[in-house]
Amino acid sequence: MKILVAVKRVIDYNVQIRVKEDGSGVHTDNVKMSTNPPDDNAVEESVKLKESGKVKEVVAISIGEDKAQESIRKALAVGADKGIHVKADSYIEPLGIAKILKKIVEKEKPDMVFLGKQAIDDDCNQTGQMLAAMLGWPQATFTSKVNLKDKSIEIVREIDEGLETIEVNLPAVVSCDLRLNEPRFASLPNIMKAKKKPMEQLNAKDMGVDLTNRIQQIKVEEPPKRKAGIKVANVAELVSKLKNEAKVI
Amino acid sequence: MSVLLVAEHDNSKLKPFTLNAITAASKIDGDVHVLIAGSNCDNVSKEVAGVPLVKKVLVCDSPNYQNYLPEKLAPLVVKVSEKYDHIVASANTFGKNFMPRVAAALDISQVSDIIKVNGPDTFVRPIYAGNAFATVKSNDKKKCVTIRPTSFDTAEKSGGSASIEKVEAVDIPNTSKFIKREETKSERPELGTARIVVSGGRGLESGDNFKLINDIADKLNAAVGASRAAVDAGYISNDHQVGQTGKVVVPDLYIAVGISGAIQHLAGMKESKIIVAINKDGEAPIFSVADYGLEADLFTALPEFLAELNKLNTIQK
Repeated sequence: MKILVAVKRVIDYNVQIRVKEDGSGVHTDNVKMSTNPPDDNAVEESVKLKESGKVKEVVAISIGEDKAQESIRKALAVGADKGIHVKADSYIEPLGIAKILKKIVEKEKPDMVFLGKQAIDDDCNQTGQMLAAMLGWPQATFTSKVNLKDKSIEIVREIDEGLETIEVNLPAVVSCDLRLNEPRFASLPNIMKAKKKPMEQLNAKDMGVDLTNRIQQIKVEEPPKRKAGIKVANVAELVSKLKNEAKVI
Repeated sequence: MSVLLVAEHDNSKLKPFTLNAITAASKIDGDVHVLIAGSNCDNVSKEVAGVPLVKKVLVCDSPNYQNYLPEKLAPLVVKVSEKYDHIVASANTFGKNFMPRVAAALDISQVSDIIKVNGPDTFVRPIYAGNAFATVKSNDKKKCVTIRPTSFDTAEKSGGSASIEKVEAVDIPNTSKFIKREETKSERPELGTARIVVSGGRGLESGDNFKLINDIADKLNAAVGASRAAVDAGYISNDHQVGQTGKVVVPDLYIAVGISGAIQHLAGMKESKIIVAINKDGEAPIFSVADYGLEADLFTALPEFLAELNKLNTIQK
């Protein structure tokens, strides 16, 4: 079997976001970037399935500017076999990303597409589901456990009420949650070897799909700041404040 | 034109977040129609028909929809949506699961997780885990929108009498199968909707020590939350996690105990009405969002806190 795993390069999750004063977005210059965290889980699970012998090939794809290749190289360094970089110099909405991925799926013919449940920059949580719908495939979102069978995949999903177990026929799209696994670190020799692995280069403009963004960003602003609170001296004062001032208990 | 809201329910009762989504839908357009897709879900239809903000209830009662599998649900929503300008649902694991399938089928760019309605096509939504708010305008003719439930008030439940109309199921081949759902059973209120949340972090040092949190929660009739650090350390199960990758909560009172206040955690609780932080590190970032901060060792502060609460004659429930 073959897995296509999609990764996105985003502002690192430890970076405190700074909103631009003109309201046009957030500062990205000289800001640390890294692979979207749940995409790392998607790569890890793909590689684990390959190590189990059930999967023969793992292809990592990223869509974005040239530096998106860093996220692909990282996937190659932990065990993906081949990379595909689809160059795009400006922001593409999840709908457009899903259309590009569909084109790649038609060409690569994977049995499964793995990706993170959500990107931590635009927080849309759409791409996997959209891709599944476009392909007419079933989906498993918020996946925290994977059991690959011959023609299907059994998935435990994290839902608001607890956990849900479903079985989806292959081919399928699997969106991964952070608790699916513990992503490994790439060793230095593997990072070196990854540089020799093949990386196909394509351009989003040549994919033959409509990438017009439909959502216009009018402004980006900082959320309202909470007013500074106070420090209380002891527990008795805390309870008294909650009871008599905030009136919440 | 009207707005079509897809209700979340368990085939016998409406899930509470749908009422928040109804409020949001009514701000988009006063003519709110609610689709209930389920199996033997008559009670849910009656419940929704009684919500005054709802003008019409559409019911599709079929075994196809018993477990809301998105492969089945999305094609039904697509069919029903023909006459509507907006298709909306809650931005929880129910709405997030199926709505993008609807949007993709209709070639619509979905607007996810809105916290404010500025007009029929303009919305505010948090990005970067709530560290920025984006005002966005959808240029699609028809719009797919998911709603952050905790950002909107709960709609009034009784007094309405919307008409109930039946809708035919859409038959599509099975590609997915529901096996089981393990709901976390708790005597306490649900984390997402509780009026008070008491959360513990790495400072608790062990799972056993969460008893200190539980005792306070029981006294206040509160839900129990946790930071990702506490979940990762195995002190408590992941369905208690508050934060960017866990649940976003907006209670009247949030009490953070032994939680330093990483960006990821703040994203899940900083809209709470009143925040209390108890931490022995006076420099912990959690104090920057706390209305009341107590710099103290939680192992002495929590028992004292419980003792003080026991002294009170009344506690709001």
